[in-house]
Amino acid sequence: MTAAAALNAASRSWWLRHRFLLLRRSSQLLVVGLFLLGPLAGLWLLKGNLSSSRVLGVLPLTDPFVLAQTLAARHWPEATALLGALVVLAFYGLVGGRVFCSWVCPVNVVTDAAATLRRRLGLAVGRAPKPGLRYWLLGAVLLSSALAGQAVWETVNPVSLTQRALIFGGTLAWGAAAAVFLYDLFITPRGWCGGLCPAGAAYALVGRGSLLRVAATHSSRCNDCGDCFQACPEPQVITLPLKGKQGVGPVIRDSACTNCGRCIDVCSTEVFTFTHRFDDRRN
Amino acid sequence: MDISRRQVLQASAAATQAGLLAGGAALLGRQAQARPAQALRPPGALAEPQFLAACVRCGLCVRDCPPQNLKLSRWGDGLASAVAVGTPYFEARDIPCEMCEGIPCVKACPTGALAPTLTDINEARMGTAVLVDEENCLNFQGLRCDVCYRVCPVIDKAITLEKFSNPRSDRHALLLPTVHASDCTGCGKCEKSCVLEQAAIKVLPPELARGHAGAHYRKGWEAANQADRPRFDLPVQNLPAQPVPGDLVPLRSGREPYAAVPSAAPAAASGAAP
Repeated sequence: MTAAAALNAASRSWWLRHRFLLLRRSSQLLVVGLFLLGPLAGLWLLKGNLSSSRVLGVLPLTDPFVLAQTLAARHWPEATALLGALVVLAFYGLVGGRVFCSWVCPVNVVTDAAATLRRRLGLAVGRAPKPGLRYWLLGAVLLSSALAGQAVWETVNPVSLTQRALIFGGTLAWGAAAAVFLYDLFITPRGWCGGLCPAGAAYALVGRGSLLRVAATHSSRCNDCGDCFQACPEPQVITLPLKGKQGVGPVIRDSACTNCGRCIDVCSTEVFTFTHRFDDRRN
Repeated sequence: MDISRRQVLQASAAATQAGLLAGGAALLGRQAQARPAQALRPPGALAEPQFLAACVRCGLCVRDCPPQNLKLSRWGDGLASAVAVGTPYFEARDIPCEMCEGIPCVKACPTGALAPTLTDINEARMGTAVLVDEENCLNFQGLRCDVCYRVCPVIDKAITLEKFSNPRSDRHALLLPTVHASDCTGCGKCEKSCVLEQAAIKVLPPELARGHAGAHYRKGWEAANQADRPRFDLPVQNLPAQPVPGDLVPLRSGREPYAAVPSAAPAAASGAAP
């Protein structure tokens, strides 16, 4: 624990230091819980799974990445799926595409656990993922879906497999989650979500112009403790807005930012805030 | 824009990795196309390759299936391990399709993998029943089981009982369950209720169950094929009225067996044989 972290522990309440983490875990739990209320308690608030679902039997929701594979495989879907994808696109386009990754996706719990364990065990080494690999993978998945005529990634997608195993049952699908865990733990730190997952890449593209953003508004208070870089799943997005280099404003506009708010939690001097993308105030 | 050699190399390495990963996933998916014959798709399902393109594996059809016979396949789960992971299927021998009038599974499908053009459940073609084991079917042994016929929701159209003489007793009838694929929905009720330990009648995917005659085949006895049919005006060559002892023995007439009929007396070829 750095001196700053000790200061953090002393001056800020436990709730302030963990609020976004707890809120995110609650949100992840809530989503799976709502899906499970149907089969377990007969209360059908949310039906289906994260690939496509129906809220209260009316509002359709469809994962745009899965639907993109279907479109690439040359199937023109019914209006329900298209409408569902539009609703999802509009929502994440507003609050940040990768909000899905940090607030909804169950694999996030797995990769966060791997990152925590890595830190505890002091496993510092690891291969860096090829820059842009997830976007290349996104393109390759759509291309091979077009060539193979089926939704190619859904055969192996650990995100789909894990959430489906949670909602519909299935034991061996946990192998996919375990593989992601081991990959993040032993091969590439933050490797799955940050380097490989094409679904996350698709959501990053969706949220390129999102309104809700994290900003280093109070960057003058920064004491260079590095806690935010430790906690951030995509630390490369922080540097420029925090340091204001190259004339960059305080808002973290990089679409890779997952809006998880962990930097707000851990910063002892409360540099970071949630704000909108045009809020260029800095003090 | 300035692109350095290093960037190009890095990008091509990333592209190669991405291509290998996506290609590997595609190969795995290709393997999953070999759906086991017992795994039937829900009503209205598109043909298997199109279905795998269209299905987003959300399970909404499974949730809206009242008898809950539909399942989402999952890894390592017996039969399901061989069905494309996350896609819906049912096993007739386990729980057959109840053929709900409103077809809720089709209504639930957001992508049209279960085609919404299917509005009458009797038009569904989930598979085709085939009486695969005549040797063990009780009706083929002259017994009156009839269960598959009785449970068929399209009784007397999809399955009929056809009467034949029973050669074993030579005085009783065989009532043979006979599937008419044109009316069979593939619901699986017959397979489910077959009283044998292993069902003698099974529902198979249509592409396994059905044969297909070449497009050039004409059934001359069908009215549609009787226009412009070839005419046979030449005298008909009849078989001998009496069996010929020792078929290939030279005939008493001295003629060669099967020799050409003498053109002078075509009618005498058989009946008036010496």
